[in-house]
Order: sequence, then structure tokens, then C-alpha cells
Amino acid sequence: MTISVEKQKEMLWTMILSRKFEETLTELCRVQGKIPGMMILSTGQEAVGSGVCAALVPEDVIISNHRSHNHLLARGADPNALMAEIFCKKTGYNKGKSGTLHLAVPEVNAPCTTTVVGGGLPIAVGRAFAQQYRGEKAVTVCFFGDGAANEGSFHEALNLASLWQLPVLFVCENNMYAGAQRYEEHTRVENLADRGAGYAMPGIVVDGNDAAAVYRATLDARQLAIAGKGPTLLECKTYRCRGHGEQDPQHYQPKAEIAAWQERCPIPRLSGGMLSSSAITAAELAALEQKAGDIVAAAVRFAEESPYPDPAEALEDVYV
Amino acid sequence: MNELGMGQAVNQALREEMARDANVFIAGEGVGVSIHDNPMFPTWGLLEAFGKERVRDTPVSEAAIAGLAVGAAEAGLRPVVEVMFSPFFTLASDMIVNHAAKLRYLSGGKSSFPLVVRIKSGSGFGAGCQHSHNLEAWAAHAPGLKVVMPATPADAKGLLKSAIRDDNPVIFFEDMMLYFAPGPVPEEEYLVPIGKADVKREGKDVTVVTWSRMLWVAMSAAGQLAADGIDVEVVDLRTLVPLDKETLLASVRKTGRLVVLHEATRTGGFAGEIAAVVMEEAFSSLKAPLRRVTGPDIPVPASPALESAYLPDEAKLTAAIRSVIDHLY
Ligand SMILES: Cc1ncc(C[n+]2csc(CCOP(=O)(O)OP(=O)(O)O)c2C)c(N)n1
Repeated sequence: MTISVEKQKEMLWTMILSRKFEETLTELCRVQGKIPGMMILSTGQEAVGSGVCAALVPEDVIISNHRSHNHLLARGADPNALMAEIFCKKTGYNKGKSGTLHLAVPEVNAPCTTTVVGGGLPIAVGRAFAQQYRGEKAVTVCFFGDGAANEGSFHEALNLASLWQLPVLFVCENNMYAGAQRYEEHTRVENLADRGAGYAMPGIVVDGNDAAAVYRATLDARQLAIAGKGPTLLECKTYRCRGHGEQDPQHYQPKAEIAAWQERCPIPRLSGGMLSSSAITAAELAALEQKAGDIVAAAVRFAEESPYPDPAEALEDVYV
Repeated sequence: MNELGMGQAVNQALREEMARDANVFIAGEGVGVSIHDNPMFPTWGLLEAFGKERVRDTPVSEAAIAGLAVGAAEAGLRPVVEVMFSPFFTLASDMIVNHAAKLRYLSGGKSSFPLVVRIKSGSGFGAGCQHSHNLEAWAAHAPGLKVVMPATPADAKGLLKSAIRDDNPVIFFEDMMLYFAPGPVPEEEYLVPIGKADVKREGKDVTVVTWSRMLWVAMSAAGQLAADGIDVEVVDLRTLVPLDKETLLASVRKTGRLVVLHEATRTGGFAGEIAAVVMEEAFSSLKAPLRRVTGPDIPVPASPALESAYLPDEAKLTAAIRSVIDHLY
């Protein structure tokens, strides 16, 4: 299946924007006191969020995890409000209550980012149940890591989604690490996608650094789900080029391994193909990079100039 | 005396008990190879010292980690398992609450479950409510569990050693901020008994009962109030279950005034239990209604501007102390 130039450009753009956004965060979180808490990035994994989200329609829903920035930007979240929330400012998407780890953006149908590993899967089942219940032609996507596949919630969610043939896509972002653990140190099965068979659903392995492949696989899975044929487990094989968080010295990750995966960076992978097929010109590509830089710089300015929430606001929003 | 952070003190306790008893092993997420390559963290260097057999890195599977402890303990091993952040206690809680706590009872006293669950707890590091949620009152509400929550590195070491030797399941909460607050730890071997509170500062006007990191807020507030002639006694509970009523009531009978301070949220917090015990057993000693200083009933917000509104501090505590001192019937 050929992918329209427009779709290719969309994926390329959200990857470039996301990369710029997170590279900037890498810089900013080194400045003492600038950004509180942890800083967990998806640098090098952008083809997953960008490829998946390009295959969705606005009515679809995504549920994200602690490594969420790329998912949300690919979904169309506003970089200003996102950045301000990461800075824990009043103007952030969640008024400073969530920070980087729990960004909730219902505006783009991304209502829940959970940092409880595996917490998103059962919620995605519930969200997909609502879609089925109401007869909506929409699906729910749940992003989670390879580590999450060892939580009980993964197994319970897959079984229930399969049993009720719910329109949900379980997207496992297998970046080969869960914290300091390499994949082989936490899981024996060669592909997590193989676990789909245990729940009678398709388990698909896809190159997670190839946005086009991720896009195609998502389109297929989405079509099945919309047709009432139930969930799919989509395993995107990629690599965590940064530490678990930015404070992680990566002492357990072989340097050569990181370097090898950096060579497989998903952005030139897509843009290279687009250049050679004349889907984009070098000048257009440079313009995209420039535009991303401008947007991110503006977002940082917006976040920096925004006030912190008033302490009294801590008491608000607990109940409706 | 050595100056150690609480993580280092915990590390020493683990080392000593693992060296003493081959039945002791540790398991959890990153207890061997951790993203924190940092000697201030509790399990640092244990993998190198004791090997992979006894230092078990597990998958991200809290129910299995806690269940592992229950099963292994029944067989006579002495597991010390770790829950990485206290909100994830909920994922381990079926094994802890429905099994570790109840199976001895269900066996009619035939089985025992000598296990320790170390839970890294506390707020103040800007990570928000899915990493910061003090759940000690939940644990205390499950009969069959002992609940320990130390405030000083020395107490942490001595209490953890006692917990490992205890034949009951012990839930051991460590406030992560205390990992980076060094304090004196004796060089010779010692134990601190579970179920004994400690008067960390003697005073005659008012009793502040607290535990874990809030001890340091109490000590600093007491110092400030001393300048105004208010003499604060600070009782560090150290163990929530079993509760050392004797020390608590003796202090309240002496001062006639009580403020309970904890970081956890208010409704259903353990301060309510302390209040009830004091009302039942020392009502006539009270010269003023007791007061609670706690986190408000909200999830811990991420923004530092909001998180500081959450955390009890010296200002909130001194105001409460002054109000019980000034109370006039
Ligand atoms: C229930 C739970 N247990 C432990 C943690 C701590 N933790 C945060 S991320 C992480 C590793 C998750 O690995 P994976 O699911 O593969 O996602 P990745 O970080 O690689 O994107 C762990 C153990 C957590 N947040 N939630």
C-alpha cells in the first residue's frame, strides 16, 4: 500500500516536532530548578506514536503512559499547553497538577496518561467498551512499554478485550528496556506479540523505527476493530536511546548498542525515502525543521513566562 | 558513629542480616541493577556482595513480587521485597492484605510469614500523585501486618533488622527524601524493637506525635517555639502497628496537650487512630482539644507551587501548637 504524500508529511512533521520538543527538554531539565520531577523522553522512538496516530481519526482515543510526549504531540496536542504543564505552570493542560508524568489532554481524545506501569490497559478496555456500547465507529489505542506486559493488568485487559471483541489496539512500544532491565532479563518469549495468541487476537510485530510500517499496521488493526473483529496486539520494536529518565546515567546500556540504534533513527529513515521519491524537497525539509524549532522556542517562552498556580488551587479539582 | 543517609542505613541492615542468615534474600524492581547507580540508595552494591541468587531483580510485576514473598516466607525463607513507590502498594496489596496478613490466622496459627515489604514512600520531589501517596494507614488497617515507618537513619537500620527477624509480615515504609539527609548511625551492631515509640525531644507543655520525615518538621518547630517559652515534647512513633500506647499516653498525661502530625492525607489518616486512643484512655488528662496537622484531602500535585501547599510544614505545625496552648474553655 502506498502512503499518500500528505500522510508521509504528517508523520514526518510530528516526529520532527516531537524530537525538537524533547531535545529541548533534555537541555532544560539540566538547569537546576527549571523543571521539577522526572524527565522521561521518547527520543528515537517517535515512529511509534507518530505512525500510530497518523492512522487514527479525531474520534479515536489514545491512552498513554509515562513516556507520553510524542504520543500527545502526534495526536495534535498544543505544544504551549503541553510545555507549560511540563513546567508545572498554571497555563499547562492540567493547571500544574500532573506535570510531565500524567498529562491528560481530553481535548484531543487523550484523556489519560498513567505513570502506573500497565495502568492504561484496563482503562483502554473501558474506553473501547464505551465506543462499542454506543455503536461509535472509533477505536481506542493504548500505548505501553515492554515492561508493562508483565503486569497482571496486561493479561486481564487483553483477555477481556478479546472476550468482548472490543475495538482496542494494544500498542506495545518495545524499546528493549524496562528501567535498567534489558528485555531478555524480564521476559522469555521472543516477541511480546506472541502473547496475542494466548488471547485469541492477532499479534503483529512491526519495525518500530519505520513510521510507514507502524502506520500501515495500525490501519489494518483499526479496520479489524471497526469491523467488530476485536482487538490487536501490535508490538513495535524500537530502542530507548536515552536513559529511563534524563537522570539515568545509562551505565547498564552498551554504548555500541545505543550508537547502532541511533544510526537507525526513524526521522532520516522516513525523510530519506521521501526525498528520494520526491515526496519532499530538501528545502521543505529544512523549513519543517525550522518551523519545529520556532514552535518549541515559543512554547518554552510561553511556559517560562506563565505563572505558577496559586497554592490555594491545590485544593481544587478533586471532585466535580 | 557514622553519618549515613537512610538508604545507606537500610543498606547496612540488609547486608548484616543477609550475612547473618542465609534464608534472607531480597527481590524487587531494580534491587540489583538499578537506574540509580548511587550509594545513597538502599540496595546499592548488594548484587555484587551477595550474587544473583539472593538479590533478585524482578519484572515489573508487583503482585508477583509480593506473592513471591508470601510463598517463600511460608517455606521458612525470609524475603525482603521492595515496592518501588508507595502508590504501587495497591498492585501488591492483594498478596499483602488478603494473604500475608491473613494466612496465618486462616491456618489457625500453624503457619507463619516472616517477610518484609519495603515501600519507598513520601512526597516532595515533584513527581506527582502516582509516585507520592502515603499509604501507611491502609497497611495499618489490615490486622496481621506490622507497620514500621522510621524517621532517622539509626532507627531505620535497627528497625529493619528487627523486621527481618520478626516472624510476622512487616510493612516498612521509607521516606525517600530521608535517603539524602545523613544522620548518626552507631558502628556496633544493634536492634531497635518494633512497637516502641521514642521520645525524640522532651518537653512539658504539649506533645507532638509524628513519624517518618515529619519528625524533622516537628523538631524544627519545637526549636522555634522554645524561643517563645513553649516546651514541646516530640514523640516519634516509629511503629504504627503495634502501637506503643504506653509512651503515647504517658506523654499526653504529662503535657495535657496533643498535636498529631503526619504527611499523609487527613480523612482516615492514622492521626484519627491516635486521637481515638487518647480520647478513650487519657481524656481526663487533656487540657485542650487535640489537633491534627496533615496533608489536605487531595492527591499530591506535581507543581512545586502546589506540592508545598500539600506538605505540612513548620508554619502549619506551630500554628496548631499555639492554638492548643492558647485554648481557653
Ligand atoms: C506499577 C509500577 N511499577 C513500577 C513503576 C516504576 N517504573 C516506571 S517506568 C518503569 C519501567 C517501565 O518499562 P516499560 O513498560 O518497558 O516502559 P519504558 O519505560 O521502557 O517506556 C518502571 C519499573 C511504575 N511506574 N509503576
